[in-house]
Amino acid sequence: MSNPIPVKIVVAGGFAVGKTTLVGSISDIDPLTTEANMTKASEEVDNLGDAATTKAGTTVAMDFGRVGLGEDLVLYIFGTPGQNRFHFMWDELVRGAVGAVVLVDTDRLDECFPAVDYMERSGVPFVVAINAFGGVLRHHPDDVRTALDIPSHVPVFVTDARNKAAVRDAMVTLVRHAMTMASTPVA
Amino acid sequence: MSRESDAARTLRVRPYMVTGGRTRATADIALETMIHTSEDPVDRRLSTEEKKITKLCAEPLSVAEISAHMKLPLQVVKVLLSDLIDDGSVVTHAGVTDSGDRPDLALLERVLDGLQSL
Repeated sequence: MSNPIPVKIVVAGGFAVGKTTLVGSISDIDPLTTEANMTKASEEVDNLGDAATTKAGTTVAMDFGRVGLGEDLVLYIFGTPGQNRFHFMWDELVRGAVGAVVLVDTDRLDECFPAVDYMERSGVPFVVAINAFGGVLRHHPDDVRTALDIPSHVPVFVTDARNKAAVRDAMVTLVRHAMTMASTPVA
Repeated sequence: MSRESDAARTLRVRPYMVTGGRTRATADIALETMIHTSEDPVDRRLSTEEKKITKLCAEPLSVAEISAHMKLPLQVVKVLLSDLIDDGSVVTHAGVTDSGDRPDLALLERVLDGLQSL
């Protein structure tokens, strides 16, 4: 484990859909939080003479976990900030990522629209995982696929963010999907 | 100096004070880029924050983890790391993100194997 290769998976979805729970279920460590500042305005100047510029900036917090995969790989799992206005962070999050798990609460389907839209537009491999809160599945995956207009090649399935095995299976589904996409020429 | 007082001092300082007011990192560093302190110490007086980073990264640690442990925003950590990378105090081990490419099939295969053995 001297120089592990980092790989990254992104967990996206609406507010309070269970992203941090999912990260915590599979992470070797308690989920950590990192903060980023919206730098759009401050990027224009290298030298910030006025500290008020940063004070007024938007700060976004991201929870993430880490999973050792064998001797020489370490997987980082990042939860995306939910709201639309934090999309500035998503480009950096998905850059070089294996792909994304879009976590869905069927009671609030509309909350995952921005995540699905973003992933489709950016060409990042993604799967849609329905979080069955309390083991209750209120809507069939086929209905969710139709409601979200998910293409047939994108996996839509049920998961349980609190269950390590279920979360691992979700990651496996994503990696398999990413492998299919990597071996299929882009149309 | 105790760890507590170090942390307290960090909290009192505005984040970009520790970077000398700079907000832009010179190096292209991803969230998951692994940072490892070099074995040859550099002939330069490191700041308190820089020392903390070199201590944290005795074992390889990602940029995101450094940010979380130091309670400093990512951009601030990246600026600090740029200097440390420039003078060779730390070395980076990037994943596949340097080019922004997706992991290739061989790497994905290894990730799959790793996940299935969990």
